[in-house]
Amino acid sequence: MTSVVATNQTILVVGGGISGMTAALEAAETGKQVVLVEKNPYLGGRTVQLYRYFPKMCHPTCGLEINLRRLKANPRIQVLTMAEVTGITGDKGAYNISVKLKPRYVNENCTACGECGKAVKTEIDDAFNYNLGKIKAAYLPSSMAYPQRYVIDSSIVGTADGEAAKAACKYNAVDLGMQEEVVTLNAGAIVWATGWQPYDATKIVYYGYGRFKNVISNVEFERLADPHGPTGGKILRPSDGKEAKNVAFIQCAGSRDENHLRHCSRFCCMASLKQTHYVQEAFGDAGKSTIYYIDIRAIDRFEDFYQNVKANPNVSFIKSKVARITEDKDSNPVCNGVNVEGYKRYATAHDLVVLALGMEPSVKGIEIPAEVMSDSSGFIMADPANAGIFGAGCATNALDVNRAVQSATAAALRAIQVVNKVARAEA
Amino acid sequence: MSDMNTQMAERYKNNFLKEIEEQAEMGEWVKMCMQCGLCSGSCPTNFHSGWDHPPQEIFMLIRAGKREEVLNAQGMYMCTSCYNCYVRCPRKVPVTHVMHGIAEYAYRIGRAPKTQPTMHLSKTFWTNATKNGRVNEVQLTQSLYFKDGISAGIKKAMEMQSVALGLVKAGRLNLLEAVGIAHKCKDVKGIHAMLAKAKELEAKRKEAKA
Repeated sequence: MTSVVATNQTILVVGGGISGMTAALEAAETGKQVVLVEKNPYLGGRTVQLYRYFPKMCHPTCGLEINLRRLKANPRIQVLTMAEVTGITGDKGAYNISVKLKPRYVNENCTACGECGKAVKTEIDDAFNYNLGKIKAAYLPSSMAYPQRYVIDSSIVGTADGEAAKAACKYNAVDLGMQEEVVTLNAGAIVWATGWQPYDATKIVYYGYGRFKNVISNVEFERLADPHGPTGGKILRPSDGKEAKNVAFIQCAGSRDENHLRHCSRFCCMASLKQTHYVQEAFGDAGKSTIYYIDIRAIDRFEDFYQNVKANPNVSFIKSKVARITEDKDSNPVCNGVNVEGYKRYATAHDLVVLALGMEPSVKGIEIPAEVMSDSSGFIMADPANAGIFGAGCATNALDVNRAVQSATAAALRAIQVVNKVARAEA
Repeated sequence: MSDMNTQMAERYKNNFLKEIEEQAEMGEWVKMCMQCGLCSGSCPTNFHSGWDHPPQEIFMLIRAGKREEVLNAQGMYMCTSCYNCYVRCPRKVPVTHVMHGIAEYAYRIGRAPKTQPTMHLSKTFWTNATKNGRVNEVQLTQSLYFKDGISAGIKKAMEMQSVALGLVKAGRLNLLEAVGIAHKCKDVKGIHAMLAKAKELEAKRKEAKA
């Protein structure tokens, strides 16, 4: 059994992405006890799946490393991975939470030597790379994964492959007898930081995502550009592995649309502007990017980033929401629409189309097992009715990394105030 | 009729947007357009030569107060009511209905072109269908074929001969309809009364606006 030490002075942080890690660290560094619960086998969430951040174009591994070092140095945080909150009872200052832990089939002895991965033959979808490739069923989710321990997929447990993984392990780390368990713990306050997921692109039928191989999403494009991704950092299109030198970015794919996501997802304009850099870096002047947009919303202080991209002669901007994507005989996706500047029709073929998908909360307000107020998109709203539950990061709004961290720090402060009150009452 | 045109132009002087909002059906949606172009791109008639101004350009022209350009435009008559734009519009603007609203308004104030084919179809269809509560298919196709004169009509009819014969053989087309012996709905009087009432209500509504 997994044991968790938690009292009513503990803060529970749900979600171990950049927001959850930040909230947990900020609270723990003021001396609070924190339990950090993460659904995936590793921390870092969607941020670690990015190739680079805007605006400084630095690598997320850098920021993650700092956070991991803070985490490892702090004895007040207990991390539960492959864990999901299934029930919350009680009230502000005295919550009782049940957490379901999925078996990892690998214990703390693991040194990430990789022998089990070599022994196993079964391959599964590579979730870390948005299923763009396959990985062995005994795997390390990413090179930066924390905890740095392998995971054995439940599909090979009880098969010869599972036994092979166990036999290959020199450290007695593979435990195929692990069972799913439910632990209950107490907490005074909860920070809900379950983050976001890209909007389901197959719902935007006229863009043909899922039907046309060379129509991909912005999160998948991040993986293509990443040296740790399925193509080793080469921007190759999925249909034939040809270098995608002529890339179209379609903004507001799902966002600002009453039929899909009602809100502006805020980050996608900057994300596409950033991704034009990837094309430029990979192919130089041979790399051409086209951004189809309604209007560019370079949020906050990033107007100069937009102006710099605009000044690049290899990037063109077309003010139009693409109405339809078709495919020509060479499986090039063709963008069809009408350019608002001049109202002329176009049908332009590209090597690759990247849909700048919007953000929706990965756990909608109504799915949270507690009374939490949320807006029509499912984002948590700040409301006194939420009592001791505070939304953080992309669970509260469509945010970029920078703003998510700010939001998480604010949520940590609110949670600290609650447990301080509990501490005073108990003293 | 064209008096009404001058009257309206005089009344709304420099505010064509207001004129459309108040006078054209669904006109109040024009200002909701965010100029994304999804409607125009989705329009199946946008390859047609008559398609001078796509919907989102018409919306913009209205907002820019270009009264003459809009009322002389052909775009709104080109709509085939496929509803592609309507279902896709990210702002839920009922584009199809707005286009019909503008077309109807242009017709009402006497600005619709006399020979516009879609308008001709709408009028012919309406007169035909409301007479018996059912469409008289033979008379309808006849009136459409012979729209551009007798020789053009005969030529068109010859082209479609095999289709017509096929329909007759399958029992889908009654040639007696040509001489007015046509199927009717059960309660023709009721339909006429209903349409008369609808017309009365619409007239009342338009009077209130005028």
